[in-house]
Amino acid sequence: MATPENKLAFDDGWQYSPAPESTDHVRIKKKYDLFIGGDFVKPEKGRYFDTINPATEEVISRVALAADADVDKAVKAARKAYPGWSRMKAAERGKYIYRIARILQERSREFAAIESLDGGKPIRESRDVDVPLAAAHFFYYAGWADKLEYAFPGRNVKPLGVAGQIIPWNFPLLMAAWKIAPALACGNTVVIKPAETTPLTAMKLAEVIADAGLPPGVVNIITGAGETGAAIVNHPGVDKIAFTGSTSVGRIIQKALAGTRKHYTLELGGKAANIIFADAAIDQAVEGIVNGIFFNQGHVCCAGSRLFVQESVADRVIQKLKDRMETLIVGDPLDKNTDIGAINSQEQLATIRSYLKVGQDEGGEMFQSSCRIPKKGYWCRPTIFTGVSQSNRVVQEEIFGPVLAIQTFRTYNEAISKANNTPYGLSGGIWTDKGSKIFKMTQSVRAGVVWANTFNKFDPTSPFGGYKESGVGREGGLHGLDAYLKLEA
Amino acid sequence: MAAAKQKGKQRLAVAKTYKIYIGGKFPRTESARYYPLEDQQGNVIANVCRSSRKDFRNAMVAARAAQAGWAGTSAYLRGQILYRIAEMLEGRREQFVSELRLQGVPARAAEKEVDLAIDRLVYFAGWADKYQQVFSSVNPVSSAHFNFSVLEPTGVVAILAPESSGLLGLVSNIAPTIVGGNSCVVLAAESLPLSAISFAEVLHSSDVPGGVVNLLTGFRSELSGQFASHMDVNAVVYCDGGKKTAQAVQEAAADNIKRVIRRTGLNWDDDSTQHPYLVRDTQEVKTTWHPIGV
Repeated sequence: MATPENKLAFDDGWQYSPAPESTDHVRIKKKYDLFIGGDFVKPEKGRYFDTINPATEEVISRVALAADADVDKAVKAARKAYPGWSRMKAAERGKYIYRIARILQERSREFAAIESLDGGKPIRESRDVDVPLAAAHFFYYAGWADKLEYAFPGRNVKPLGVAGQIIPWNFPLLMAAWKIAPALACGNTVVIKPAETTPLTAMKLAEVIADAGLPPGVVNIITGAGETGAAIVNHPGVDKIAFTGSTSVGRIIQKALAGTRKHYTLELGGKAANIIFADAAIDQAVEGIVNGIFFNQGHVCCAGSRLFVQESVADRVIQKLKDRMETLIVGDPLDKNTDIGAINSQEQLATIRSYLKVGQDEGGEMFQSSCRIPKKGYWCRPTIFTGVSQSNRVVQEEIFGPVLAIQTFRTYNEAISKANNTPYGLSGGIWTDKGSKIFKMTQSVRAGVVWANTFNKFDPTSPFGGYKESGVGREGGLHGLDAYLKLEA
Repeated sequence: MAAAKQKGKQRLAVAKTYKIYIGGKFPRTESARYYPLEDQQGNVIANVCRSSRKDFRNAMVAARAAQAGWAGTSAYLRGQILYRIAEMLEGRREQFVSELRLQGVPARAAEKEVDLAIDRLVYFAGWADKYQQVFSSVNPVSSAHFNFSVLEPTGVVAILAPESSGLLGLVSNIAPTIVGGNSCVVLAAESLPLSAISFAEVLHSSDVPGGVVNLLTGFRSELSGQFASHMDVNAVVYCDGGKKTAQAVQEAAADNIKRVIRRTGLNWDDDSTQHPYLVRDTQEVKTTWHPIGV
């Protein structure tokens, strides 16, 4: 029923019944060891840590904590596997990667459920975005394995060696696919570390890799926190580092690699501008704003976390946005009706809450939807700030949560200069009905990915990565191969 | 000064004061410092500007101001301007040969170096409207979107030019940087600085907008840290230099995640050192999505 809070409820009082995704087919072990040299092996020091469900705060499983000795073992396994893997007939290498893609597709629902259990993201997203895209990524790069000589005209390409890869908790399986698939296709072997709060789909991926029959040591998956990541970065047997995470950690990694021969690619933070012109299709733009900032609880490096609305339509857009926010369902990630799941960790929730306070303390006006949220678990209602300016911290800093900072503009020049007034440059969004304005805007935004009249779309064929302090290098598409090859004359 | 030392001439030659090049102007260093450049006999041939960190910052302001306008010119125009640089250099071929010889480069080598520098400019002029086609892509995404990736200039590039090749090495690093729409601030070879300043005069008469190329002379040991750490530099290209410099440059570059391009041990005389991947080094890939529908 339409209420003052929820003007868009046209269903005359109908409630959504719970529609939880079944988990009876999901197999999660009580304990996961490290996947090194094709076997699941215990950590040298015998230490394990809990991984919890952020929606219930319950322990799902225990995962090995890899120390330096384990990292060393994994790198040696990758080193040992490298000659065979890199010299294997490229078509055969490709076929192994195709196998991974196919098994992921076969087991996709299990992976989706585990992704939502371990990370808190709504099943609608893990089922429709994360897992299918991960499989698609393996399928795409599998086909490159025996075609690399066509990718870089005039150059001879060679693999780099052992790739050390460190991935974040926002898209655990998808990031693993982004990292592993091109590395393998180019003939490298891999040591990869998932984030400490979301290790489970990576360990399930280890099972898939074992089932696919990959030679031992081609992919090694080790779990742990920052220290484990640092050990990978600093290991002399690693030839390339691929990192996705915060700009502050990226900076530390870039410094750590100074003076070494290691190659690196960094996919770092963002604070994307989403720019709505008065001539945009407003209802579609509102959907784009919602998708831009509330997709995956706003735990998205390319989230449209800064909204710029042309002044003449600002009131209308913001009211429509508030109305739409009232319809968003926050709750059980496994429920198929859920729009916004759980915040990934207690730590991240604390970070988001500190920004909500900062935003208000600095004079911003905060609006949150009035939805109910579960008692247990980590939750944040969808939030917007109005009355903020360029100097506000909620405008400048990456919050990595469902928090949108809204500003207005009058002219094209004002929109561009505000949009580009950030050290980041990962993504941007433009909403207008005018073709020439789209091209002018998309050319002027200093960012690696620009969505015009859409937002937060991803595809294995589409290069992704940042300008400025949002990173170095691209992932995805032909351009993503470059990160795992030496180009020689 | 060099000419002033020559004996047996009726007329006293007018010696050139070597300056630096910032924002299309030729100042001496703001620091008023210099270092003497000597020929093989130990005669002073120039009092070269020993540029300061302030000179670098001034050059950065000029480079940033010029970048967007330069990137906004058409590829055809950039190609023509690079070609004109070649024309201007060709016209002053003898000057550059004698200047290289003055700095101790043997006659044959000096002639070869100038010829190659001219030809290299023509080579990169030709890439202006072609590298985009080679490195761009239209991406066949699964959803109903039109998706394409193109190159855009990284922005302002700080270049520590090769120490071993005063003109050719310099040109081989500047040309691929600016043909792609970047602006740059360049530190010339410390021991072979004269060609760089004369090359600035060539640039100045080639319709290269002021600020697109800024040339400093001075001590690498003093300035490389600034080139690498300045927060408005988008990419740093450093040629040659030891492992220690490499490490220091890379460490400082991380403060704002600069792109770091190391070009070391290259023989710039060789054709294998000219290729469009040098252009690509200072480019970003931008991917654009738009829905397909009615």
